[in-house]
Amino acid sequence: MPHIVVVGAGQAGLQVVESLRRGGYTDALTLIGDEPWLPYQRPPLSKKFLLEEMDPTRLYFRQTEHFNKQDVTLRLGISVTQLNRATCELTLSDGSIVRYDRLALATGSRVRTLPVPGADDRRVCYLRGLDDAVRIKARLLETSRVVIVGAGFIGLEIAAVARALGKDVTVIEAQGRVMPRVVAPLVSAYFQRVHESHGVRVMTDAPVQAVVNSGAGLAVRLRDATEISAELIIVGIGVVPNTELAAAAGIICDSGIVVDEFARTNDSAIVAAGDCTRHRNTLFTEPHRLESVQNAVDQAKVAAASLLDAPVPYAQVPWFWSDQYDIKLQMAGISTGYDDLVLRGAPESGAFSVFYYAGERLLAVDSINRPAEHMVARRLLLAGTKIAKHSAADVAVDLKSVI
Amino acid sequence: MPKVTLIAHDGTRRELDIPSGWSLMEGAVQNDVGGIVAECGGGCACATCHVVVDPNWLAKLPAPSATELDLLECTAVPRHANSRLSCQIKLSSDLDGLIVQLPERQT
Repeated sequence: MPHIVVVGAGQAGLQVVESLRRGGYTDALTLIGDEPWLPYQRPPLSKKFLLEEMDPTRLYFRQTEHFNKQDVTLRLGISVTQLNRATCELTLSDGSIVRYDRLALATGSRVRTLPVPGADDRRVCYLRGLDDAVRIKARLLETSRVVIVGAGFIGLEIAAVARALGKDVTVIEAQGRVMPRVVAPLVSAYFQRVHESHGVRVMTDAPVQAVVNSGAGLAVRLRDATEISAELIIVGIGVVPNTELAAAAGIICDSGIVVDEFARTNDSAIVAAGDCTRHRNTLFTEPHRLESVQNAVDQAKVAAASLLDAPVPYAQVPWFWSDQYDIKLQMAGISTGYDDLVLRGAPESGAFSVFYYAGERLLAVDSINRPAEHMVARRLLLAGTKIAKHSAADVAVDLKSVI
Repeated sequence: MPKVTLIAHDGTRRELDIPSGWSLMEGAVQNDVGGIVAECGGGCACATCHVVVDPNWLAKLPAPSATELDLLECTAVPRHANSRLSCQIKLSSDLDGLIVQLPERQT
């Protein structure tokens, strides 16, 4: 009997399994994950889960009975140590060997660690998995001064939660503004003001030089020798794709497992999906790597279709979101290469969208507390509909009428 | 645990016991109710957990937020007057017996 094995039980791995069964695959199917938990939702870890009383099992996508009913073999709390493509075998951390006919790699990513002296102190935390979130949640209860290194989505979401819990919060960002890689300066400025108005101290252009002991606590030392004291330091400076297993087996990797628009690697028996891939999306000319729910889900569907020998190309508009305080930031498309911005609505009103253009072509839309505009933007971008800048800027123009 | 009945577009009924405090969406997704997609995982950000609430139960639900109302204009199948996003329906003993219908599609 054929056997498909999925390595990685995150959102992408789970979606491959679900899509295979929905697509009519009835033969053997195994899902291997290195965390002990059933597949769970990651986005709430830096939001609702940290803030509220919440049982970890509430984050599960499915309960155990579902996997039994679907006849999916779960191997959880076990990692894959080796991939042997010649024999189509995986070696697991418990020493067992699993044979596959087709393989899906959804190995995800891991946090980038702070490369400075003293950062190995156990009071320096990172948030990636449920275990991390449980630990940070417990540590937040017993601390009052929190320093967050990195003003990306994770850092700012945790800052918002820590303020809601009444903590003294400082966010330290190496670059000149918050969320520098993902949004335009005017959006960065808006979010910095929001955080400051909630009492967060935001320090930009402040690369961390070291983590040092300071009295009973810790401190972060900056370039100008300033020390910011903390009882708890949480670092959110991005992730690194988990490519080692694939690379060691000779699968082509380039800051990500390289796959085509059908999620296929250079081995015809192996597909890959999610954070770990550098992939093609037919809506874009250049390959890229994306760490997002949307990419995990949509690319996993593409990978499953390829495993079922019914390939469909990956052609989806990337989208992302971040919740900070009562603000919902939603992004559609990829703004890289934009040369002009069009503002729709006024930032002072607390609800607006920013349209990113290259020439007359719309690349991306960021919506702040405008969820309906975000949904419309995704449809506009998918259809490649032209929208004139003056229409984008005019709140009297119903964007839905443009589609 | 509050009992909820979900009626799929083809008329199939599913009865679920969902813990108080959970959202209807969370209970539906964990029990693999195919008619609920919930792309955003419950953030009131995507309009893919659309349900049509039985008219007899509608008044028992707190009124939708401005965000939810905004998103209800973006559902894949046009909304009804008694449409809600299931991620915003928090279950309690008051809602024991709730009945909702699922739209034909969510995306």
